[in-house]
Amino acid sequence: MRLKIEPRLEPSAALLYGTPVLAIALTVLSGFFLFALMGYEPLTALYFFFVAPLLTLFGLSEIMLKAAPLILIAVGLAMGFKANVWNIGAEGQLTCGAIAGGGIALWLWGDEGIWILPLICAAGILGGLLYAAIPAFLKTRFEVNEILTSLMLSYVATLMLSALVFGPWKDPMGFNFPQSRMFTEAAILPIVLEGTRLHAGAVVALLIAVAVWVLMSFTIVGFQLRVVGLAPAAARFAGFDRKKLIWLSLLASGGLAGLAGTFEVVGPIGQLVPVISPGYGFTAIIVAFLGRLHPLGIIAAGFLMALSYIGGENAQVEVGLPQAVTGVFQGLLLFFLLASDFLASYRIRRMP
Amino acid sequence: MNPRLEVRGVTKRFPGVLANDQVNFAVMPGEIHALLGENGAGKSTLVKMIYGVLHPDSGDIQWNGEPVVIAEPSTARRLGIGMVFQHFSLFEAMTVNENIALGMDKPGDMASLALRVRKISADYGLPLDPDRGVYSLSVGERQRIEITRCLLQDPKLLIMDEPTSVLTPQEVERLFETLRQIASEGCSILYISHKLAEIKALCDRATILRSGAVVAECDPGSETAASMAQIMIGEELTSVERRAGDTAGEARMVVEGLELASDDLHGVDLQGIDFTVRASEIFGIAGVAGNGQGELLQALSGERLIARPESIKVDGQVAGHLSAGARRGHGVCAIPEERNGHGAVAALNLVENVVLSAHHRMNLLTSGFIRRAEAKAFTEAVVAQYDVRTPGVATPAGSLSGGNLQKFIVGREIMQNPAVLVASQPTWGVDAGAAARIHQALIDLAAAGTAVVVISQDLDELMAISNRLAVLNLGVLSKPIDTARVSVEEIGLLMGGVHGEAETQEPADAA
Repeated sequence: MRLKIEPRLEPSAALLYGTPVLAIALTVLSGFFLFALMGYEPLTALYFFFVAPLLTLFGLSEIMLKAAPLILIAVGLAMGFKANVWNIGAEGQLTCGAIAGGGIALWLWGDEGIWILPLICAAGILGGLLYAAIPAFLKTRFEVNEILTSLMLSYVATLMLSALVFGPWKDPMGFNFPQSRMFTEAAILPIVLEGTRLHAGAVVALLIAVAVWVLMSFTIVGFQLRVVGLAPAAARFAGFDRKKLIWLSLLASGGLAGLAGTFEVVGPIGQLVPVISPGYGFTAIIVAFLGRLHPLGIIAAGFLMALSYIGGENAQVEVGLPQAVTGVFQGLLLFFLLASDFLASYRIRRMP
Repeated sequence: MNPRLEVRGVTKRFPGVLANDQVNFAVMPGEIHALLGENGAGKSTLVKMIYGVLHPDSGDIQWNGEPVVIAEPSTARRLGIGMVFQHFSLFEAMTVNENIALGMDKPGDMASLALRVRKISADYGLPLDPDRGVYSLSVGERQRIEITRCLLQDPKLLIMDEPTSVLTPQEVERLFETLRQIASEGCSILYISHKLAEIKALCDRATILRSGAVVAECDPGSETAASMAQIMIGEELTSVERRAGDTAGEARMVVEGLELASDDLHGVDLQGIDFTVRASEIFGIAGVAGNGQGELLQALSGERLIARPESIKVDGQVAGHLSAGARRGHGVCAIPEERNGHGAVAALNLVENVVLSAHHRMNLLTSGFIRRAEAKAFTEAVVAQYDVRTPGVATPAGSLSGGNLQKFIVGREIMQNPAVLVASQPTWGVDAGAAARIHQALIDLAAAGTAVVVISQDLDELMAISNRLAVLNLGVLSKPIDTARVSVEEIGLLMGGVHGEAETQEPADAA
């Protein structure tokens, strides 16, 4: 007897929507054994990882705070992924957005006015968008693979931020720490929930996710992006402009990543520092796929991924789990998701 | 005498479809046996089971009187079953010899294989040069590679799946001689087709399938094409009504000096194409596929823009610089040859596929938003008017059968009331019933004043529906000829063109 993998005649619909749930269940199950092997009480560790953060208002607000940038970036990336445009460099666009938005905040340091925050946000969007324009130009003009260019540019952006905060933008009163001045109040996002760190940007992120859903599901632009990804020849037949759609999806995902970076620096961080994101730009790729590239699914996936961050921190404090466990969990989740995805379109058959 | 192959009570079920229902038939040694049926009748499923690609749910297959289980194609080949598929599996960048070796279980060394290829192919009138690159060969020559590959393995049964769909009339005649010779040496041939004239000319017996079941077995020689067609489709075949006395109007599409370099490495560049299509006229473009047909469709529909925009004029206006979308606004609609992935997106449902090409002309957008109700209403109208058999308009296009999807695409374009319609292979792989319907729809559209361009390699089709036709060969279009005053043989010679020349030239060392 041997096993044979063969394509299903049509993808199983139950599995298509069931796989995220299956992947989560398998992740939790592996976590159970992982904790046991590491010598922790598995149920206690899982409790502090997955349940305890959900039981307090503070825990929930922190989850939302983490989920917001993930959702914002992931909905932008999903637009491109649908169209077979693979922007892997959201981390760099996030950083450039933070530099642009934070730069405005420093430039207007001490000024008052309700126009300052919108200006900062616009600058943040523009920063991410322009940074994503580089791979877009290279792709449409020279057919350079955007996976490589966008990914490599991420590291460049991180270095640019470091150069600024180690150099010209360093706080003159900051005891030589590599960080900028703290932004003044007019340049800081208002808190929406008293006693927490939850800021207005998180609400904006959710609204944008819903707007992207409307764009992708009900307008001709979303339709064009989907067709270009599913059948490039049919898109050409319909007269959809492939290059325009590449530009659109890269600029949109870059702009949204830039806005997410700006929200971080004018939100919970409040200044420019060398590291402003714990890899949101990369984690958002997992979130996009976990959410089936559907904006509403991405909202749910963003919250789940945020829970893994907050739960990881919580478990570090309460049970003493190492920090790396968070990364292991995210890796497991993506692994199980891809593996069970495979089963949605293929089946394993026993051969006589 | 035992039959070479006997299929007894074979049933095969796919989710939602009974592809083969208790099929019985037998092929005798040396017999040319036709398997006849519309698209979707279950012919392909049946031969795939004989060749070991699929496995029956129930029933059995007997080989020379012994029950056999054909687990894999290699099992079938060991028994002596060879198959020539409709779509060739050849590597263009490799030579004939390398391609043949790749498809064999035990090719042996290349030098002696090359000798055998020369000998066998010459013996059966299929001259082949083993050292030539496949990319340089015509479709007919490529088919010879597939046939030679089977013959090298000394088959007892040769399965031919729609072998003539890509050949010129002269090539068909030549293929038939080869097949008769193979049969006379005792090899059985299972010949799959829905071209009735060919079956009458070639086959000893015919098994007719409809909806997965055998409906009749007959002697094609004593039946008429019409009587077989009637059994095959189970209803009276409506013959196409052609307008008497052509009253073509003013010129609607004028093409002058059209040039387009192919974007495909082995494609053909269009050179100096000139033609005019008038209102109420069907203009046929004949020729064997791969002579620039794909490029011509791209240039006319606007999928690729040409260097000199004034080469294409629609209703007197220069249109060569307009994108496919803008060109639709000017009334140029198109039906590409490939249905899945080009004319329609398989994963999207029918309503979305209507939005794909009809949103320009049918006003399906309000400030960027898709007007779903209107799109759905238009889809339902297409489905009803063109008899598209589908569970509903929310069904993915990919789950429709070839003929139904083609009716849908044709209906979608025609119901947009185009000024010019360019259709490439509109009835390719479509059953006789659907083909007749599509032909009638094109004729009715022309009668209403549209200029229709039909690109096809099916000469019978062009002779039946077009008023004038020209032959596209190696990217050059011949002078148009009046279809009422030309014979199929004359056009066949034009179509053969340079390929025909290559065939009369026997390889020097084949003798």
